[in-house]
Amino acid sequence: MAKIDIGPPHFKDMLPPVIKENYGKWKYHEIPRPGVLKHVSEDGAVLYSVRVGSPRLVSIDFVRELCDIADKYCDGYLRFTSRNNVEFLVGDESKLEPLLAELAERGLPVGGTGPSISNIVHTQGWVHCHTPATDSSGIVKAIMDDLYEYFGSMKLPAKLRIGLACCLNMCGAAHCSDIAIVGVHRTPPRIDHEKVQKGTEIPSLVASCPTGAIRPNPKTKSVVVNEEKCMYCGNCYTMSPGMEILDPKNDGCAILVGGKTSNARTAPSFSRMVIPFLPNNAPRWPEVTEAVRKIVDVWVKNARQGERMGEWIERIGWEKFFSLTGIPFSEKLIDDYIFSRETFRTAATFKF
Amino acid sequence: MTEKKTPLLDELEKGPWPSFVTEMKRAAEKNPMAADLLLQLERSYKDRKGHWKHGGIVGVRGYGGGVIGRYSDLPEEFPNLAEFHTMRINQPSGWFYNTKALRTICDIWEKYGSGLTNFHGSTGDIIMLGTKTENLQPAFDEFSEAGFDLGGSGSDLRTPSCCVGPARCEYACYDTLDVCHNITNTFQDEIHRPMWPYKFKIKFSGCANDCTASIARSDCSVIGTWRDSIKIDQDAVKEYVAQGLNIQELVCDKCPTRALKFNHETKELTVIAEDCSRCMHCINVMPKAIRPGQEKGATILLGGKSTIVLSAFMSWVIVPFMKLEKENDYAELKEFLNKIWEWWDENGKTRERLGETIYRVGMSKFLRDVGLPAVPQMVFRPRANPYVFWPQEEIEK
Repeated sequence: MAKIDIGPPHFKDMLPPVIKENYGKWKYHEIPRPGVLKHVSEDGAVLYSVRVGSPRLVSIDFVRELCDIADKYCDGYLRFTSRNNVEFLVGDESKLEPLLAELAERGLPVGGTGPSISNIVHTQGWVHCHTPATDSSGIVKAIMDDLYEYFGSMKLPAKLRIGLACCLNMCGAAHCSDIAIVGVHRTPPRIDHEKVQKGTEIPSLVASCPTGAIRPNPKTKSVVVNEEKCMYCGNCYTMSPGMEILDPKNDGCAILVGGKTSNARTAPSFSRMVIPFLPNNAPRWPEVTEAVRKIVDVWVKNARQGERMGEWIERIGWEKFFSLTGIPFSEKLIDDYIFSRETFRTAATFKF
Repeated sequence: MTEKKTPLLDELEKGPWPSFVTEMKRAAEKNPMAADLLLQLERSYKDRKGHWKHGGIVGVRGYGGGVIGRYSDLPEEFPNLAEFHTMRINQPSGWFYNTKALRTICDIWEKYGSGLTNFHGSTGDIIMLGTKTENLQPAFDEFSEAGFDLGGSGSDLRTPSCCVGPARCEYACYDTLDVCHNITNTFQDEIHRPMWPYKFKIKFSGCANDCTASIARSDCSVIGTWRDSIKIDQDAVKEYVAQGLNIQELVCDKCPTRALKFNHETKELTVIAEDCSRCMHCINVMPKAIRPGQEKGATILLGGKSTIVLSAFMSWVIVPFMKLEKENDYAELKEFLNKIWEWWDENGKTRERLGETIYRVGMSKFLRDVGLPAVPQMVFRPRANPYVFWPQEEIEK
């Protein structure tokens, strides 16, 4: 029998010589050009990291292609980033230009450093998830195509981090991004009593509803839903296949903005909803890409140097954000769930 | 192999960003599962809904998690997707690889899987997409032989992950890669055999820039910091001035605690160390001139999670400063984790994340139960109401 519980391979076996020799001894870094980081160690050693965008969903032949490149220019080592970029680690400066030339030839985009857009963190969507309200890879591809100019340059006011989660389970934890795209449902679950009776723990299903909209029905050995109380989170569907919530006509995306996870300058913050619903217009989601483009354009035009999306909006005020972008405000954007109170304005100071 | 057309997905091969559809087609040329996946996805694009059945439990011997069961809801139409399970493979710390290891992974997946993968999943694992039930065990055996292991799934400790850390970052305040590797290996049972109320995620970030987004998406966020003063190299400051950096506007004026003073005549930058809250802004702008302090460690925060069910929570400061020392095998952090897991196990309801349990039971009771001192660093500001749950043993009767 195969060995179990061996844990991952030791990372030390995965580090190129220049990193092994300078581990913990890096002194500073520069960004000599978009997509290229230059780290210098206390001993004067130099490491170039070349950041390349990937579609995340890749074939093994793509990975082998990355290996070929790493063998040729990086002594056979590479890494991936927390945003699904690839980083080629170049210890020999003479190999930097040839590497960049080969990446360009292969059509692999170099960028994602400094005040740029990095790869969009996203979930599985229709490719492999069983509870998605929208697709992931398709929207990400359409947005990255549209904002491509900002990946390979560093001309944004600050870094731009977009996240996409295909349902409210938010496997991608998009909720603290400069722009978050979230798959949402808008209709209550349709109960398949047979499925609920067969394979569901009723008490767990009842307990899974955050608004108490689901009650057991002893007569049918199933449940009933008080549809007025349902806010379509889909948690019941995660608990039971009998609570069908996918609804092609009414599922779509919400857009939230202004979140971040870094502590720099201001505390980490949640993204806030500015568009409650846009349709799933596959294959390229034009309404979503246009909305994202509009928000980015207005931020680029109005933000001060170094201001993340949320810092800019908090400085000018959210009311100003809506007037500048022309995005309509409605009661749907005012919180009426359990932690709503802190979002209501309790000062007579605001802008018209 | 793909004779049928995919007009909708073909639209996503246009444009400059690398296309996942091109990748799927590449895999589809060699593999019938990938070919059917392409066609089923085209169908999803037409129907505007996913075509996977709900859940399904599969696994390999000795493990309670690490494999996600997946079955098509159109198995007659796409017989090669009747079973299309995911294997989560635990990544090396920092997502570093040598090409020999990567090629081995590819070869195993060529033999047993669809030839499609994610580098990486949101939690950090290498995601091997799509294999049949009968292939799970032989694929696992070969991964194990090659030195790779499964990651977490279900109500267990999910695969921990970390930032690039001291391997390539001068900001790292502790060895994120080593702690991550150590904790992962120490808690193999917790990762591989689900036994808790719900999932539990740990992420290690070397500084407050938090490149793993630990504060937003991990139940336990370990964020590097220091206790003394930032170090300023005045010669390097002058270099930045010479290059035209507006230090007053872009560094001092943006310091959240106004702890930095720039002398326009001497071109010197000074800090009021006790006012600095270590947010990383000045270091980010002037990495050549400003460095973290010397007495380094980490802030430990608990409770982060996303929307389902009570709302998204960001992690809360619980231990303002903890030394993370290799010499004692990170004993303090391990003791801390064991203590909170024991408490959560006793107090948590099914499918309740740690943050939700603490919120329901009350932070003060949690702190008393686990024996952690209440300190002002835990709150932005104290409570505004007088409703204290006074422990009656503190009352004179």
